[in-house]
Amino acid sequence: MADQKTLTFVLMDAPYENARTTTALRLMHIAAKRGHEINVFAYEGAVYLPFALQKAHPNPVHGKDAEEEDHVLPREWVAEVMAEAERNGGKVDWINCGFCVDERGAHEAIEGVRRGGPPNLVAWVGESDNVLVIPTK
Amino acid sequence: MADYMLIASRDPFSTNDVPTYYALARDLKERGNTVTLFLVQNGVLPARPSAASDLLTSLSELGITVLADEFSLRERGIPANGLAPGVAAAPLDLVVDHLESGAKTLWN
Repeated sequence: MADQKTLTFVLMDAPYENARTTTALRLMHIAAKRGHEINVFAYEGAVYLPFALQKAHPNPVHGKDAEEEDHVLPREWVAEVMAEAERNGGKVDWINCGFCVDERGAHEAIEGVRRGGPPNLVAWVGESDNVLVIPTK
Repeated sequence: MADYMLIASRDPFSTNDVPTYYALARDLKERGNTVTLFLVQNGVLPARPSAASDLLTSLSELGITVLADEFSLRERGIPANGLAPGVAAAPLDLVVDHLESGAKTLWN
């Protein structure tokens, strides 16, 4: 891809709490469709976005089982963004802040997620064509 | 001068951060920068003509491009063809366009 860029996203929101997560994943998905190299530095609650043990649940209020409810799992969104990037010649390098993972016991992450820390983010800021920080309120 | 993409995700009816963020857009423009204000999530609420939309119209009159995320508008039932003067609907792709071009991109 001739115009491939390296874009870094910094996330700190935990899943299921704010529309920022949805917007962040939408932005990353657009970048993935364009075949960019995408770096994600997830810290604080955002380390739970690719948590591998997320499970769909039923909706007893509506009388639906888990399959019928088809509950959205952030780890599936993350995996899809990773797959979309690869399909288009790009990739997603996702780092979960190690201290944040340890504090939260969020060690089980999906494939493609690695452990790191602020020095990785500093390096990415220097190497990227652009950086978007999406802070919590 | 620089190209700024300011992403506004907050509802001005629930936080006073928003007018301050709009003021940042205005100040950047007045210093000769190119400024796009992109409304997303509850940040699109003032795009609907209301007491809060006058500020957006005034930013547009200064030469700031004021855009509202199409998806966020649809989610909230705000018709894209009935936005406040100076505000236009746009896809989120436009933010990625700016990231690609190296625009200084801020989120609030």
